[in-house]
Amino acid sequence: MAELRFPPVRLPAEARAVREKVRAFLRDELEAGRFTPDVDSWGRFDPEFSRRAGRAGFIGMTWPKAYGGGEYSALSRFVVACEMLAAGAPCGAHWIADRQSGPQILRHGSELARRTLLPRIAAGECYFAIGMSEPNSGSDLASVRTRARREGDAWVIEGSKIWTSRAHQVHYLIALTRTGDPGPDRHQGLTQFIVDLKAPGVIIRPIHNLAGGHEFNEVFFDRVRVGDEWRIGEVGEGWRMVTGELAFERSGPDRFLSDYRLLTALIDHLGVEPGAEEVGAEEARAVGRLVAHLGALLSMSQAVAGLLAAGENPAVEAALVKDVGTRFEREIPEVARRFFSGPVRSGGADYFERALGRVMLHAPSYTLRGGTREILRGIIARGLGLR
Amino acid sequence: MAAMAETGSVLLDEAGRLFGDLFASAEARLAAERGEWPEAAWRRLEEQGFTLALVPEAKGGAGLRPAEVWPLLRLAGHYALPLPFAETVIAAALWARAGGEVPAGPLTLAPALPGETLRLDAAGRLSGRAHAVPWAGQAYIVASVTDARGKPVLALLPPQKEAGARRTLGGDPAPDLVLDGATPEALRPASASLSLPHGWLALGAHMRAEQLVGGMARALAYAIEHANTRVQFGRPIGKFQAVQHMIAEAAGELAAATAACDRAAPFFDEEEGVLDAAIAKARASEAAGKVAEVAHQVLGAMGFTREHPLHFTTRRLWSWRDEFGGEHHWHEMIGRRALAAGGEALWRLLADRPEGVMDEAGEAR
Ligand SMILES: Cc1cc2nc3c(=O)[nH]c(=O)nc-3n(C[C@H](O)[C@H](O)[C@H](O)COP(=O)(O)OP(=O)(O)OC[C@H]3O[C@@H](n4cnc5c(N)ncnc54)[C@H](O)[C@@H]3O)c2cc1C
Repeated sequence: MAELRFPPVRLPAEARAVREKVRAFLRDELEAGRFTPDVDSWGRFDPEFSRRAGRAGFIGMTWPKAYGGGEYSALSRFVVACEMLAAGAPCGAHWIADRQSGPQILRHGSELARRTLLPRIAAGECYFAIGMSEPNSGSDLASVRTRARREGDAWVIEGSKIWTSRAHQVHYLIALTRTGDPGPDRHQGLTQFIVDLKAPGVIIRPIHNLAGGHEFNEVFFDRVRVGDEWRIGEVGEGWRMVTGELAFERSGPDRFLSDYRLLTALIDHLGVEPGAEEVGAEEARAVGRLVAHLGALLSMSQAVAGLLAAGENPAVEAALVKDVGTRFEREIPEVARRFFSGPVRSGGADYFERALGRVMLHAPSYTLRGGTREILRGIIARGLGLR
Repeated sequence: MAAMAETGSVLLDEAGRLFGDLFASAEARLAAERGEWPEAAWRRLEEQGFTLALVPEAKGGAGLRPAEVWPLLRLAGHYALPLPFAETVIAAALWARAGGEVPAGPLTLAPALPGETLRLDAAGRLSGRAHAVPWAGQAYIVASVTDARGKPVLALLPPQKEAGARRTLGGDPAPDLVLDGATPEALRPASASLSLPHGWLALGAHMRAEQLVGGMARALAYAIEHANTRVQFGRPIGKFQAVQHMIAEAAGELAAATAACDRAAPFFDEEEGVLDAAIAKARASEAAGKVAEVAHQVLGAMGFTREHPLHFTTRRLWSWRDEFGGEHHWHEMIGRRALAAGGEALWRLLADRPEGVMDEAGEAR
């Protein structure tokens, strides 16, 4: 059977130094009142914060300096991502571009795309959305129908994408399109393109989520022209591009720290003032279990960051981080509500109650976005050698 | 997936071959579980020097670092050795590091459960009860005891042959130790971490956590092998999504437990290691129940027989998870620590690792 690898990694001196730097940055931000720690850190869109993070060198950290990067190791980037989420900082504006679109452009984009986009992403000024899902293609991503047809030295895109997070607020998306025959495994004939969301023919319609928020959208392409320089990878290589991208998308700390601030709020909610009565055993056990799970996840995710840093493609291990990580994220509100009396209501002053309410409403999305739990488990099973 | 250990290590390869060889037949295992001391197998372990892996070279041991030795215990768990191998590795190292002369033969640790105390009076006599002490009838016992001034001390006791015949679900002996004015063979000062409230138990917990990880990897390997070969409805049952998902979920539990143990790997009995050992045992004990459940579900009735070797592993998983504190015990300890620190301090509690020890672990790889 295939071997799963989570080799323990030690943080190199560089990553430890970067950690001190990002902690100092976050401390300054907090002290100046420039952000309020909250749950759903990487879902909160705050361009001002992203620009300051970019200026401080915390976006595009691993990219070459020529493209605005800092030439740091993947472990340093991992540390920064962890610290941002743990602080509950609003890093949603730049998150997707930093996590996956930028790296994708760096590795498979044209020189023009690299030169024009990467420095702006690293500066925290240019944001991306993911254009994979379509109305009839969710888990079965290879069935996408949005077409790109060659016309001279450009491509014309026709079709639509759905659930496109932040499409109404960001500058570009990377669209997975059909450019040729699917072939017997249906993975042929797909190509990715960078699409400017301001381009003629792009129409964005809001879709409100169950909590009433406007985060995702439907995006229509009505004969949208895209120059060939905005293609990612070779024509027909889109499937390989997407799967490579997903290892970055799935293994990071954002797959177990989405509601970290609810855990810290729970601890403060249960914690006692010095001299007061001791915390009950049930409370201690409930918190201790979550902390043990978090400790394990931190090591798992750091191990995958180490593998990515070494240039490997740990797709199965990444799927495991996301499956175990999102299961953990969904448990936090279920544990927290045991220690809150009555239903959670709007309009309260207590942060714990607000965070709990927000997380309860968002928790269903954790095990859907980025590939559903069921799809991940199929990937894991195949990786384990189930034939 | 040799216990998910780092393969390629000469030491582990050699140990894996030996461990696999020692109890190649089910009959040999069952004989051990009936109470026959497997002397020949034990001798081979001792002769190869594995039992003194963590004992300093100056004391006649192999002088390996903790990060090199924990995977060895993981491997012993993978092969479900019906011997106090892990106990001996830990007890011998403790005793030698405390300046004692390590006696020949197997060793073990007492107490093995939370909340139990053995007391040494001013005249040097030892009293108290320790329940379910592994191999207490066969092995020299390194005990953590409280002296007349309330200070922790290590005491060495000879095997308690009259200790009784109680065994764990795994089939390994675990009698109660009842001492009423016994005279230890020797006393040594305990290290600072053993004096911490959870220090002693954490060491045994870390040991069992490694064995659990090895055992879980074995159980999962049986399940995968069976899923690929057992045919129903005209195809291997591993083709059914329900079976795939069960196995994937178990793999996630195993991966988390493995990572939790790896966190603790740089430590032996250092104070900074107590929380990580607690996390390792809490995570591994919780995972063990799930992994055993899935393995049995996948193997169907065949896995419920004496003929199939799965039970040698799962019966031990069901016991090890409760020895040296089950997950509930450690959850409470970890939770109290987190609650005392407060929400804002939680992150550093988990993310900041002591650099010195991490350097050592880094080198060991
Ligand atoms: C908050 C949020 C943000 C998102 N943002 C984006 C974005 O920015 N860009 C983007 O492209 N997409 C985005 N998505 C879409 C996301 O990737 C899809 O929701 C996901 O891939 C599942 O597709 P679906 O919703 O169509 O569900 P379906 O694929 O229809 O699945 C429905 C159910 O059936 C199960 N199922 C489907 N196929 C199988 C199978 N073969 N075996 C077993 N079970 C199966 C699924 O697991 C699920 O439980 C977002 C989703 C959410 C919730």
